[in-house]
Amino acid sequence: MTKSELIARLAGRYPQLVAKDAEFAVKTILDAMTLSLVSGQRIEIRGFGSFGLNYRPPRTGRNPKSGDKVQVPEKFVPHFKAGKELRERVDSN
Amino acid sequence: MTLTKAELADFLFEKVGLNKREAKDMVETFFEEIRAALENGDSVKLSGFGNFQLRNKPQRPGRNPKTGEEIPITARRVVTFHASQKLKALVEKANRGKPQQQQ
Repeated sequence: MTKSELIARLAGRYPQLVAKDAEFAVKTILDAMTLSLVSGQRIEIRGFGSFGLNYRPPRTGRNPKSGDKVQVPEKFVPHFKAGKELRERVDSN
Repeated sequence: MTLTKAELADFLFEKVGLNKREAKDMVETFFEEIRAALENGDSVKLSGFGNFQLRNKPQRPGRNPKTGEEIPITARRVVTFHASQKLKALVEKANRGKPQQQQ
């Protein structure tokens, strides 16, 4: 399912809303989630899962082509942990 | 501070102009549609945010950490999330140099 399919499914569920509203709603939700992670704030959706940031310490990497050593700085990466309901439903068949 | 469904509903109320009940319902349905797709074995691709994919994990040996007793971890299907390049880059840039204990 892609973003546009998700928008179409939501629009189909709410006939009283214009299709544009479903599109704007999806954009608004995803923008809020992005902004939350960007500002280092966790997201917790009961029954779905939680998003947070994981720390990656600095390390010495290598350029796979030349073999040269390169310093890779520390960073934060987004992380998702599925919630109970999602975990159980996905594994139910 | 944590972002939850209640805050997402507030954004839909303020920015999209849905009424409070519609906004709450829309947030619930948004996540339910994603759960339903994954439950049906369909991966979910939200461009600019990330992809939710399914992985089939084979059975593997495990043990009860308390008793040390060996018990097999059954084969299962799990959800994995891969953040988009865009989200990863934004998170990395904004959080550069921040202390490690931040989550």
